[in-house]
Amino acid sequence: MARLTAENVELATEIIGHFPRPKSALIPLLHLAQEQDGHLTDDAMVHIADLVDVTPAEVLGTASFYEMFKMEPVGRYMVNICTNISCQLRGGEELLEHAENTLGIRPGQTTADGLFTIEDVECIAACTEAPCLQVNYRYFHKITNNEFDELISELRSGARSDIPAHGTLAQVRQHIPADRQAGSVVPENTEVPVWLSVSEDGNA
Amino acid sequence: MTIDVPRIITSRFDRDDSFTLSGYEATGGYQALRKALASSPQAVADEVKTASLLGRGGAGFPAGVKWGLAPENVWPRYLVVNGDESEPGTYKDRMLMELDPHQLIEGVLLACYGIGCGQAFLYVRGEMPLAQERIAQALNDAYAAGYVGKNILGTNFSVDVILSWGAGAYIVGEETALIESLEGNRGMPRLKPPFFPAAKGLYMQPTIVNNVETLSNLPWIINNGGEAFAALGAETSRGTRMFAVSGHVKNPGVFEVEYGVSTFRDLIFKPEYAGGILGDRELKAFIPGGASAPWFFEEHLNLPLEKVTVDRAGSMLGSGAIVVMDETTDAVKSCLRIVRFFARESCGKCTPCREGTTWLEQILQRIYDGYGRPTDLDLLMDVSDNISPGISWPPKQTTICPLGPSAVSPIASAMKRFRPEFEARIAFAEQNRSSVPVDFPKAASHA
Ligand SMILES: Cc1cc2nc3c(=O)[nH]c(=O)nc-3n(C[C@H](O)[C@H](O)[C@H](O)COP(=O)(O)O)c2cc1C
Ligand code: SF4
Ligand code: FES
Repeated sequence: MARLTAENVELATEIIGHFPRPKSALIPLLHLAQEQDGHLTDDAMVHIADLVDVTPAEVLGTASFYEMFKMEPVGRYMVNICTNISCQLRGGEELLEHAENTLGIRPGQTTADGLFTIEDVECIAACTEAPCLQVNYRYFHKITNNEFDELISELRSGARSDIPAHGTLAQVRQHIPADRQAGSVVPENTEVPVWLSVSEDGNA
Repeated sequence: MTIDVPRIITSRFDRDDSFTLSGYEATGGYQALRKALASSPQAVADEVKTASLLGRGGAGFPAGVKWGLAPENVWPRYLVVNGDESEPGTYKDRMLMELDPHQLIEGVLLACYGIGCGQAFLYVRGEMPLAQERIAQALNDAYAAGYVGKNILGTNFSVDVILSWGAGAYIVGEETALIESLEGNRGMPRLKPPFFPAAKGLYMQPTIVNNVETLSNLPWIINNGGEAFAALGAETSRGTRMFAVSGHVKNPGVFEVEYGVSTFRDLIFKPEYAGGILGDRELKAFIPGGASAPWFFEEHLNLPLEKVTVDRAGSMLGSGAIVVMDETTDAVKSCLRIVRFFARESCGKCTPCREGTTWLEQILQRIYDGYGRPTDLDLLMDVSDNISPGISWPPKQTTICPLGPSAVSPIASAMKRFRPEFEARIAFAEQNRSSVPVDFPKAASHA
């Protein structure tokens, strides 16, 4: 795989248009590529470099900083189990161990059928709902071992169509209609915002 | 006694349609924007100043004062919304984004109007697709309804609010790292000074960075007036605030309470809040403001959740995250887990943090594993001192940002109070040293 598809290039162009500088679209575009292929391919990164007008090395430089970007294929489902402090206190490590035993893999590994990767992750902002996990970043709060097993068998049998394959984040995107867009304000535009120059009694 | 305080930012959380435009409009939504547009931008900024609204992202800097730090006559200015919530123990911004995205968007618009920001960027943590989705939908609806974009509600106020998101890096919550990330770079903090965002931020322009919860307060403040907000709370901490109480409590939860009035004891023990320690066990320690904060103990329970009081007592309210540890907690294990977090999340830009946090983790790991050495406790303090000279509070730092010193907080706390637990593990290691094989097995990866 793969450069971005024509459809994704169109989306990429729209996203770039939201920002004063094309490079600001880099992380959203990397997510787009990961949504397309499940992980980041070299070809996609080279393509993105073209789109935002930087070198491929710069794209890799940024991508490699962020944990969500995977340079190698991962399972269809990333199971991220939190073991940070609030979860540790409420059984997060035991849940992780149960997951390791159930799936027969260690954190960072993928099951032979390519379905599951597990990760031992840092706080995912669900601390009062510990122990908790995410499957492809969809939350599951206060999970028992039994519930974990159930979830895994549902995912295995394809019963969880609500959880898209790894790489897909939000399924709604921001679209700004042309007639409603105020327009990006580039740093070179030194004009005082017009609404600041109105009289004391308002703007209406 | 129930506390009779208005819910300011969580008022819609019980509604099924809290995140929709119609639900928002049916509950007073976008009225503050109309009110603001009928008065001057300066009036909006003044109300926020009067409200004495403190930032809710961690540092607790007054929002009104921050807005005033943008240099006059340097344009354009930007607004950056920090929705990167990832301080361990913290759970509130995600709720605000998922359950009331329009309230946040209205807050963003009020800030842009008052400060004169030409464009706003709402940066949501990468691992939160539902929040991203709810905000995207809310923005699409708000654009269509004329609340965002060109000539808002028919006035000459025009601003785009752009949704962006991260990709997994705690450090990007630090405001200058967040700006780097928004520019498409590795999320490494910039040195302050000179790169205070209000002076030199996004694209080197004046940039106000505010937290999601901070901005979510603005619609209420504009609707009800800064004075009404300042009438709630205590001396230096006005309004209400969300606190997440997690760990060993019966009823973990996120509670909006009057700021500066309720005490830690109220939040941890009262039935309407966290309801007491799990299994009615004894309290061992609690973290008052997220993993970066020094730990508190029994004697701190009666302190009010008030910024200055907590600062003076040697810790901070940080991001409103209270983590409760009961008497069964292993202090070495908890300390190690938090230090491991900072070691993993260090961006690597400066040596004391990159090397220091790694060493702290390794030393703690070997103490925990039963291979600790008698010199290790001094070594821990020595490495800590290299990151945060004097190991005092508020912390000094040899680093570019406060992440490095944050790794010192759990160590200083646990060593001060629970040193015997560390010593016991080391003594145990000493006793058993002769029984440890000379070539004890290495981790598989080093085999
Ligand atoms: C290591 C580190 C992580 C941080 N993480 C966050 C965060 O996740 N969310 C946040 O709002 N502020 C975070 N902050 C604080 C921000 O730098 C900044 O102070 C804040 O967003 C300003 O908003 P406020 O004034 O409205 O609180 C962090 C700071 C540091 C040093
Ligand atoms: S203190 Fe740590 S996280 Fe902060 S800039 Fe230095 S290396 Fe990076
Ligand atoms: S510590 Fe696990 S979600 Fe916060």
